[in-house]
Amino acid sequence: MMADPTAPIITPTRVAAALLVAGVVIAFGFSANNYLLQAGTTLAMSAVLCLAWNIVGGFMGYPSFGTAAFFGVGAYAGGILQDAGVPLALAWIGAAAAGAMFAAFLGSVLLGLRGHYFAIGTIAVVEVMREVANNWEGLTGGAIGINIPILAGSPREVGIFFYLAMWALVAATFALTAAIAHSKFGFSLRCIRQNESAAHMVGIAVFRAKCAAFIISGLLISLAGAVYASMVAFIEPKDVFNILLSIEVPAMVMLGGAGTILGPLIGATIYILLRELVWVNFINFHSAILGIIIIAVIYLMPEGLVRRFHAQAWSKLTKRSPSQSGAGS
Amino acid sequence: MTDPTLQLEGLTRRFGGVTAVDNISLSIPKGDIVGLVGPNGAGKTTLVNLVTGFLPKSSGRVLFEGREISHLPPHLIARSGIARTFQIVQPFAEMTVLENVMAGALFAGQGGTIRQASDKARHYLEFVGLDRFSNYSASDLSLANRKRLELAKSLAMEPRLLFLDEVNAGLNTSELDNALDLIRKISSMGVTIVIIEHVLRIVLSLVKRLIVLHHGAMLSDGEPSAVLKDPAVVTAYLGTKFSKRHQAESEHQREKLQQSLERGQGPA
Amino acid sequence: MIAQYIVNGILIGSLYACLAVGFSLIYGVLSIINVMHGSFVVLGAYITIYCTEYFGISPLIAALIGCGIMFVFGFLVQRYLINDLVTAPIFITFTLTFGLDLLLNNAMIQAFTATPRSLTLEYGSITILGVSLSIARLGAMVLALVLTGLLYWLLRHSQMGRAIIAVRMDHHAARLLGIRVERVYAITFGIGTMMAAAAGGAMATVFPITPLLSGVFLGKAFVICVLGGLGSVPGALVGGIALGLLESFGAIVFGSQWSTTVGFALMILVLVVRPSGLVGRKGFE
Repeated sequence: MMADPTAPIITPTRVAAALLVAGVVIAFGFSANNYLLQAGTTLAMSAVLCLAWNIVGGFMGYPSFGTAAFFGVGAYAGGILQDAGVPLALAWIGAAAAGAMFAAFLGSVLLGLRGHYFAIGTIAVVEVMREVANNWEGLTGGAIGINIPILAGSPREVGIFFYLAMWALVAATFALTAAIAHSKFGFSLRCIRQNESAAHMVGIAVFRAKCAAFIISGLLISLAGAVYASMVAFIEPKDVFNILLSIEVPAMVMLGGAGTILGPLIGATIYILLRELVWVNFINFHSAILGIIIIAVIYLMPEGLVRRFHAQAWSKLTKRSPSQSGAGS
Repeated sequence: MTDPTLQLEGLTRRFGGVTAVDNISLSIPKGDIVGLVGPNGAGKTTLVNLVTGFLPKSSGRVLFEGREISHLPPHLIARSGIARTFQIVQPFAEMTVLENVMAGALFAGQGGTIRQASDKARHYLEFVGLDRFSNYSASDLSLANRKRLELAKSLAMEPRLLFLDEVNAGLNTSELDNALDLIRKISSMGVTIVIIEHVLRIVLSLVKRLIVLHHGAMLSDGEPSAVLKDPAVVTAYLGTKFSKRHQAESEHQREKLQQSLERGQGPA
Repeated sequence: MIAQYIVNGILIGSLYACLAVGFSLIYGVLSIINVMHGSFVVLGAYITIYCTEYFGISPLIAALIGCGIMFVFGFLVQRYLINDLVTAPIFITFTLTFGLDLLLNNAMIQAFTATPRSLTLEYGSITILGVSLSIARLGAMVLALVLTGLLYWLLRHSQMGRAIIAVRMDHHAARLLGIRVERVYAITFGIGTMMAAAAGGAMATVFPITPLLSGVFLGKAFVICVLGGLGSVPGALVGGIALGLLESFGAIVFGSQWSTTVGFALMILVLVVRPSGLVGRKGFE
């Protein structure tokens, strides 16, 4: 998705835009009421999940439905550590490490599978992890879940803290995504998505790259899970190992544009705003509405919003339409 | 004395009940252009797949510039200095022409930054004559140009050994002449080249050495005119009956052989 | 007693086989993962239950009616909602059928409510050699096996069946042979849906059904197809029986709450070690 691979990444416009967004986010955090604050935090969390998923599902093209597995692992790792008295920041780091290790293990097993089988494998992992959490009472408290120590401070202060924490995570994840997209590593992921044989042929260490992407993605998702767990102070298996999450995230990214840098953010924003502010009134129809959105996006705009609205600019920059003679000489 | 660029010792590949590559041993010195020919299904592409690490071997060794590479994964073999084109071109379809060649420059050869790879890519695109298509999507190119793109991508890897697998299939006469010129230019840069072709006429204009494969085994290896007179080679291409009836050397026989091979015929 | 566990395993396993064979066939021919499969099973079960209770007919007939209705339903869904995207990448088709399933499932919950329903059949049971067999389950097993066998036979001996196999092997070549591939897709999807409905009808006699179970059924279909080999009818049979036996014995060893997990874990193992399944190559018959 690069018009000119050698163009500078950090431009004045982009810096200004970033500062503007940061300003809005922070101002909102301090002025919104509790309900909107909560929605804003949920939006941030979804943005992190979408950005992280995009690395494996968008850049690399491996359709992972395992988001819920990593989310749950992070939530439980963070929750268990906090329960054991570990300070917040360390618990989160521990959760991120757990996510990374889990991804390393899972990746070594699943990344050799192609397309369909990889997708099925990742779904199976979510199911297995949920049942493990349900049944391993010694570690996870079983189906009744675990309580996590609440932070000191007024509900409002705590709410703002988690809001800012999530958005800080968004900033970090976004910066990481952009850095990857413009790096050799990101280039290799794009090659892997388009043609794995050719990727081998040009000297890309394909398996290693796939694992790296998987680990980075898993780590970030787990971290989001840990922050979520600390925030809600109570988690249970069917809440954090929820297969619906594994479907919503790819759908959001697809809405925005899988494989683009801004796509996950835009998709998450639109979807979550609609979900939290509009459909919350139609709770019975939530899944049907998600279904309709998915169908609509697939039929009407599978390439996502970013590409659709960039199409004009894109064709000017890259694809000059070749002559009818077929661009031959 | 420098090591030969490529040495194969008893290279074999078996799967199911089929022996696709049968105990091949050969040695190719630096800078040579060698033609690897044989009827369809003779095992030529399989051989390349074995050398470049895309297929596991059943037995045998592969040495590149004296170092054994038999057990290296494909990407390390690529980084050692071996490149190949694919019979059915394998571009990165969603990337631009420039990006495709950059892919070759980024990871193999000396690597480097994205900026450096971009400069190198432009250089090689100029070399093959595709520079004005730099910003086109790779999937928008004609077949002939896609083959050139594949070539540019391989060159960007700065290989010392290059396998060209049927790089001329589907080209018309003028495209063919351009392609042959390019190959000569590449050879003059010092790259050792192995050309796989089944249309003999093309190869004969380029190479001083011909290796003939049939049913996975090496039939003949040597100077083209000698190889073409070899009865075993004639049998392979034209059939036993023909060979028995025309055992005696004759201009007529050689002409017929040349013509058949030009038309790409031969026992399936 | 071992024999009882084996018999139980086979009884439920044949239902599982019927459940999975449609899913497997759809994957083999259209190369799509039909996430709606679980919901189709539930829908078939509900049709069977309602027909039996409101029209007072035998569950067998009700199940067959369900099959007929669902065949048409599946045919139409494929023809008008899925066909255009059959060749899209797996991520798209998977998410599409998932989206359709969300819609369908939500509709079912609204229509039927989530309260479990089942068919109470008073057929009693018989005992052979110390093993107790419920007549209802036996009947369900027979229905499931007969339909599966019928499908297998039709695939090999009818013209449409051979067309389906041809498309499964190579849809480009099949098109060149003059086979109307889109039609085959729709019919195959209809058959797959129908088999799911039959399985649902059979299951309704065995345990309570609710729309919330569609995920469970789908999960079982996954596991069975991977175990037996995606795309193969005999594979679905082998996989189904294997899963039935696994759950039957697994319940003793691990406790029944672990049985689903064990199934999935085994599936991951098979995926990694032998993705073509225990029986073999995709669609080999």
